[in-house]
Amino acid sequence: MQAFTTLTGIVAPLDRANVDTDQIIPKQFLKSIARTGFGQNLFDEWRYLDEGQPGEDCSNRPKNPAFILNQSPYDQAQILLTRRNFGCGSSREHAPWALLEFGFRCVIAPSFADIFYNNCFKNGILPIILSEAQIESLFQQVLACKGEKFSVDLDKQILTMGVGDQLSFSVDSFYKERLLKGLDDIGVTLEQADAIRFYENKRKQERPWLFQ
Amino acid sequence: MTSGQTLYDKLWNEHLVVQRGDGSALIYIDRHLLHEVTSPQAFSGLKLAGRKPWRIDANLATPDHNVPTQDRDKPIVDEISRIQVQTLDENCAEWGITEFKMNDIRQGIVHVIGPEQGATLPGMTIVCGDSHTATHGAFAALAQGIGTSEVEHVLATQCLSQQKMKNYLVKVKGHLQPGVYSKDLILAIIGKIGTAGGNGYAMEFAGEAISDLSMEARMTLCNMAIEAGARVGLIAVDDKTIEYVKGRPFAPQGEQWIAAEKYWRTLVSDAHAVFDCVVEINASELIPQVSWGTSPEMVVAINARLPDPSDCAEKAESWQRAYDYMGLKPGMSMNDVTPDRVFIGSCTNSRIEDLRIAASVIKGRKKSPQVKQVLVVPGSGLVKQQAEAEGLDKIFIAADFEWREPGCSMCLAMNADRLQDKEHCASTSNRNFEGRQGYGGRTHLVSPAMAAAAAIAGKFVDVREFI
Ligand code: SF4
Repeated sequence: MQAFTTLTGIVAPLDRANVDTDQIIPKQFLKSIARTGFGQNLFDEWRYLDEGQPGEDCSNRPKNPAFILNQSPYDQAQILLTRRNFGCGSSREHAPWALLEFGFRCVIAPSFADIFYNNCFKNGILPIILSEAQIESLFQQVLACKGEKFSVDLDKQILTMGVGDQLSFSVDSFYKERLLKGLDDIGVTLEQADAIRFYENKRKQERPWLFQ
Repeated sequence: MTSGQTLYDKLWNEHLVVQRGDGSALIYIDRHLLHEVTSPQAFSGLKLAGRKPWRIDANLATPDHNVPTQDRDKPIVDEISRIQVQTLDENCAEWGITEFKMNDIRQGIVHVIGPEQGATLPGMTIVCGDSHTATHGAFAALAQGIGTSEVEHVLATQCLSQQKMKNYLVKVKGHLQPGVYSKDLILAIIGKIGTAGGNGYAMEFAGEAISDLSMEARMTLCNMAIEAGARVGLIAVDDKTIEYVKGRPFAPQGEQWIAAEKYWRTLVSDAHAVFDCVVEINASELIPQVSWGTSPEMVVAINARLPDPSDCAEKAESWQRAYDYMGLKPGMSMNDVTPDRVFIGSCTNSRIEDLRIAASVIKGRKKSPQVKQVLVVPGSGLVKQQAEAEGLDKIFIAADFEWREPGCSMCLAMNADRLQDKEHCASTSNRNFEGRQGYGGRTHLVSPAMAAAAAIAGKFVDVREFI
């Protein structure tokens, strides 16, 4: 996984609550057995005016000019600012894959759905949770100043706005360490293979019906 | 730690392998369910890293999302779907993982076949690359949906690396009235606490009304805990749990059964367990529910008028957007809405009891000519077989409903079953998101009884007055 330390990028405001993973990446694209190729279909139903098909070249599809990510400079955005419960719905990791491939490394919202939140960290995306009031003021600022860039420092847990104002954010040390170092989760867990084996053997004795 | 534990606390402690200093933990996974959509990248990641599955016999696989619901004697027409299903077959064959393939009688929606086979047992930790894994919590199993990276992690290590959740209790007093089902109950709960209400929590359902419910009705309830934001839904073990599990193919037998049952009986929240959040609902007052918008929290009782965005400043914008998408207006009655199609199926409501209820509502009647299509998609090959043994298929067919092969079908329309642009659907599934059942489609979530009644009446009606 790609490490995340610091990031400076354009902030795209997506002013919607409860954005679900079916919106982030519609189901027809989930038929792929690859891990890449999802970026062009990020927010497909909002981004294009026609219905997208898997495997199709999107460059000639009619785009919805009203959708924020179709507008310059937001098509270059790396930070997504959005509303509560972002990423609700299915567990599809294709959602963070699509965001990442589009260019997003950071999503800022008042709250995230649990599985999506976790999936972000597995893919080098930093989800930042701020209060509703803070989010509201960030929206005002970003809308007032098109193309505004924010800087994120994960180690210091500080978000710096274009004007220089700073906000601190919290993130569990569990997630932070992995993301800073871009650790391979499986590798980390396998360092404790003995503990897993020990537990498993004990369980075989105590709950043998689980090992038939 | 010995007194006052919740059911979730007990399950967590039982499976704790390593508690780490940073607040995270490794918990052991007893059962891993796999399907074709979220597993291919996990298997390829595993291979790329030169790793192999930790414990083959903990895994059970079936294709469900992509499979067609007719012409199953022929290869899957959609090439990309076919490749995805074949990839699951190949991965399972390569590692020796048990798979119920497309034309196996035991194939079905992964959350239907787990309990049906006894592969879902009380006290287990169960994961699947699918958010509706919460379903299995009806058996007092700690069951949760995971992403593909975690699928790979579980394959490679038999563990999940995570932090403990908080405890949520939904206490349901009273008794559901005839014609009102656990689907109505969970929709009402989501309407009350919102789709983010359970974020960060394991959600236990308890109370008189929950004890009343059959195991299948409990699965419907836990299935949609995720729509209330909770990754985990839970219901304590009681006699019904034990009875349901007994004799199933993967369930223990003989002495092991006795030992297992003894342990399973302890899987209840202690009397003095402390929950971080408690919500009470009175089941006796509940009226059949129907969703009107594009989020499962946008629900109304069938006899109510659709809400006015100006009454709720906080949600006004998302409600208005939902009205625009759904082609509906505040103040309307759902009785004025005609479903173009009706879908009876999905991991929420495709079990034998659901089909019996739907059949009982329509018996001797016919689909309204205003409704273009009614799909009845059983949750598994065995559910289908049972329904046919009871003659339910004949009742559906006589009513001009279509009786199909098992799978996810129009719950998310990855196969050929889908809504056309702007069509309304009375659906027994779990998500009414934009485009979920087909591009531009408009989903209304209801119970199987309500869906069946809508198919006959040609509009949404209160099934209590209809029967
Ligand atoms: S029936 Fe629907 S919700 Fe359930 S697993 Fe299949 S696609 Fe997901």
